[in-house]
Amino acid sequence: MNFDFTTTLAGTIFPNPIFTASGCAGSGKELIQFFPLTDLGAVVTKSIMLKPRSGRATPRMAETPSGMLNSIGLQGPGIAAFLQDDIPWLKSKGARIVVSIAGESVADYAELARLISGVSGISAVEVNISCPNVESRGQVFSCNPVTAHAAISAVKKNIDPSLPIIAKLSPDVTDITEIADVVINAGADGLALINTLLGMVIDTNSMKPKLAGKTGGLSGPAIRPVAVRAIYQVKARFPQISILGMGGVTNGREAFEMILAGASAVSVGTANFGNPLATMKIKAELQELLIERGFASVAAAVGYAHREED
Amino acid sequence: MINKYAHAVDAEIISNKRVGAYHHMVFEVGAMAGQVRPGNFVAISVGGETSAMVLRRAFAIHRSMDRGGSGGVVELVVAPHGGGSKWLTSLEVHRKVNIVGPLGTAFGIPTEPVRALLVGGGYGSAPLFGLAEVLKSRGSRVDMVLGASTAGKIYAPLEGKRAVNSLTITTDDGSAGLHGKVSDFLPDLIAASGTEIIYSCGPMGMLAAISKIAGELDLVHQCAVEEAMACGIGVCMTCVLPLRDTNGTIRMQRSCIEGPVVDGSRVIWDSPRAIPEGTWGAQ
Ligand SMILES: Cc1cc2nc3c(=O)[nH]c(=O)nc-3n(C[C@H](O)[C@H](O)[C@H](O)COP(=O)(O)OP(=O)(O)OC[C@H]3O[C@@H](n4cnc5c(N)ncnc54)[C@H](O)[C@@H]3O)c2cc1C
Ligand SMILES: Cc1cc2nc3c(=O)[nH]c(=O)nc-3n(C[C@H](O)[C@H](O)[C@H](O)COP(=O)(O)O)c2cc1C
Ligand code: FES
Repeated sequence: MNFDFTTTLAGTIFPNPIFTASGCAGSGKELIQFFPLTDLGAVVTKSIMLKPRSGRATPRMAETPSGMLNSIGLQGPGIAAFLQDDIPWLKSKGARIVVSIAGESVADYAELARLISGVSGISAVEVNISCPNVESRGQVFSCNPVTAHAAISAVKKNIDPSLPIIAKLSPDVTDITEIADVVINAGADGLALINTLLGMVIDTNSMKPKLAGKTGGLSGPAIRPVAVRAIYQVKARFPQISILGMGGVTNGREAFEMILAGASAVSVGTANFGNPLATMKIKAELQELLIERGFASVAAAVGYAHREED
Repeated sequence: MINKYAHAVDAEIISNKRVGAYHHMVFEVGAMAGQVRPGNFVAISVGGETSAMVLRRAFAIHRSMDRGGSGGVVELVVAPHGGGSKWLTSLEVHRKVNIVGPLGTAFGIPTEPVRALLVGGGYGSAPLFGLAEVLKSRGSRVDMVLGASTAGKIYAPLEGKRAVNSLTITTDDGSAGLHGKVSDFLPDLIAASGTEIIYSCGPMGMLAAISKIAGELDLVHQCAVEEAMACGIGVCMTCVLPLRDTNGTIRMQRSCIEGPVVDGSRVIWDSPRAIPEGTWGAQ
C-alpha cells in the first residue's frame, strides 16, 4: 500500500506528523547526537521572548506520578541572539522550524511578530499565550478571552501574511472552546493543544513548596486524558481548524489517540527527557499502527474518533 | 558538538553488590565504556516499561573498562535513596536497563605531573578513583580525603585505596577516621601534601566549602556538581546553576552539559532558591 505520512497543519505541509514540543528539545543542538533533525516533522523551538531571561531559581523540577512539574520561567537568550544563532543553525541542519514566541504584553507579541517576519526558513509561528501578562497583574493571556484575542490579533497584524499562526492554549480554563473561538476570530490558522496545567508539590520534609517558583506546569502522561479531551472538544466545535496536539505522548499508540481526537500533528515534550530517541520511536510506531489500521494517510485518521457511523 | 559520544544502550547488569550504605553495580555497555572520561555520568531509565517514574536518574561513572571489540563495562556506586534508585539497586544480575551516556564534562587532566588532592563526600567518591588512576598514570601525586556522615557512607574500595598516595577518612559522627567535616581538615591536608589542584565531588554544601578554601589559597578547584536533572542531555533547562563567564557575566547554565565538572571559582554558591543579583536576563 502507498502510505502518505505527510501532514498539513495550518496550511503547511510537513513530511511527518511528529514534532518536538516547545521547551522540550533545547535548541536542537542537544538532540542531533541522537538522530538527524530532518527526521522530525518539525522542531518547535523554545518560546523566545524579546529580551534575555534568566528564568526562575532552582529547584525548577519535581517528578510527579507519570509526569513532572517544571518552572523554568522561559529562560532564553532573547529574540536577537535567537535569530542570529539558533535559526541559522537549525536551517543548516535542514530542520523544518516552527518558532515559538512568548510576550509579557500585547506590544511584545506585536514586536516579536515583526522581528520574525523577515526571516526565511520558518514554517510557522507558535504563539505561546500561556504566559503572565505584566499589564494585567500577571494573569495568563490565554486564560482570558479578551487578552487571548489581543495577543493573537497583535501577531496577526504584524506578521508576514505567508507565515501560519498557531495559537497555543492553556487547559486551565473553564471552556477551552471559548478561547479557541476568540483566537480563531483573531486570525489563528491553527491551535496547539495543550500547554501544561498549573500544579504544586509540597515537600513534606521542609514543609514548603518544592519548587522555588512555588507553582509549576504539569506535563507528561498524567495530563494525556486532559489533552485528548481538549483536542476532541475543540475539533468537535471547529472541524476546519488544524490542531497540533500534545500532552504526555510517549509512544505511537498515544500519538494515534491524539490524531483520532483531531490533531493533524503531535508534539512530543516530556517523553524526550526520559528517552532522547522518543520522537523516533513514536514516529515509527505511529506509522506502523496507521498502516495496520488501514489508513492510507495521516489525514484520513485525523478526527476519526468523531465519526457517527458504526 | 554536545555529548558527542552519547548514545543509548540496553545494558545487562553483570554484578550488583551491597557495599556499606551503597550498591556497587556493573553494567555491560559495549563500546560506550571506551568513550568515558572521569567525571562523566550516565542517565538511566528506572521502574520498567509501565513505571510512573518518567524521568531518568543520573549517576556518576565510578569506573569504566573497555574490553576491546564491542565489549566494555561501566561501574556505578548507587545509594538507595527514593523510588528510582531503590528500584535500580534491587535488580538482579542479568536484568537489563536502558543507559544513556557518557554525558557531561570530564575532569581536566593537567599535561604535567601535579600534586592533586581529591575530595569526595558520600557516594561523591565514586568518580574520583577513575580520576586517581588517570592522574597517577601521568605521574601525579594523588592524595584523597573522603568524608561522610557516618562510616557506612564512606565508599573506598580496596583497589581504589592502592591507587592513591594517601587516604584520609572523616565522619561527622566519628564512627570512622577523623571526627568532623572534610572541610575542617582541608587546610592542613593541603599544607602537608603541597596540593596544587583540588578535584571534588559530593554534596553542594561541601563543594561550596571547598571552593571557599581553594579561593583563599588561590588553588584551582574542579568540582562535579549535582543538581536535580530531568533529562541529563541539555533539553529541559531544569538543572541550571549560576556560573560566571570568563568576562564576569553570571548566567544560569545547565549543569548537565556545562557540567557536572565545573571550575569551582565560576559557581555562585550562596544563592539557594534565588537568582543571584546581576544575573544575565534576571527579571
Ligand atoms: C551528575 C549527577 C551524578 C550523580 N551521581 C550519583 C552517584 O554516583 N550515586 C548516587 O547514588 N547518586 C548520584 N546522583 C544522585 C541521583 O541522581 C539521585 O539520588 C537519584 O536521581 C534519586 O532518584 P530517586 O528516584 O531514588 O529519588 P527521588 O527523590 O524519588 O527522585 C525524584 C526526582 O528527583 C530527582 N533527584 C532527586 N534527588 C536528586 C539528586 N540528588 N540529584 C539529582 N536528581 C535528584 C530524580 O532524578 C527524580 O527525577 C547523581 C546526580 C547527578 C545530577
Ligand atoms: C521543561 C518544560 C519546558 C517547557 N517550555 C515551554 C515553552 O517554552 N513554551 C511552551 O509553549 N511550552 C513549553 N512547555 C510545554 C510543552 O511544550 C507541552 O505543551 C507540555 O509539556 C505538554 O506536553 P508533554 O506532556 O509531551 O510534555 C514546556 C514543558 C516542559 C516540561
Ligand atoms: S537536566 Fe535537562 S537540561 Fe540539564
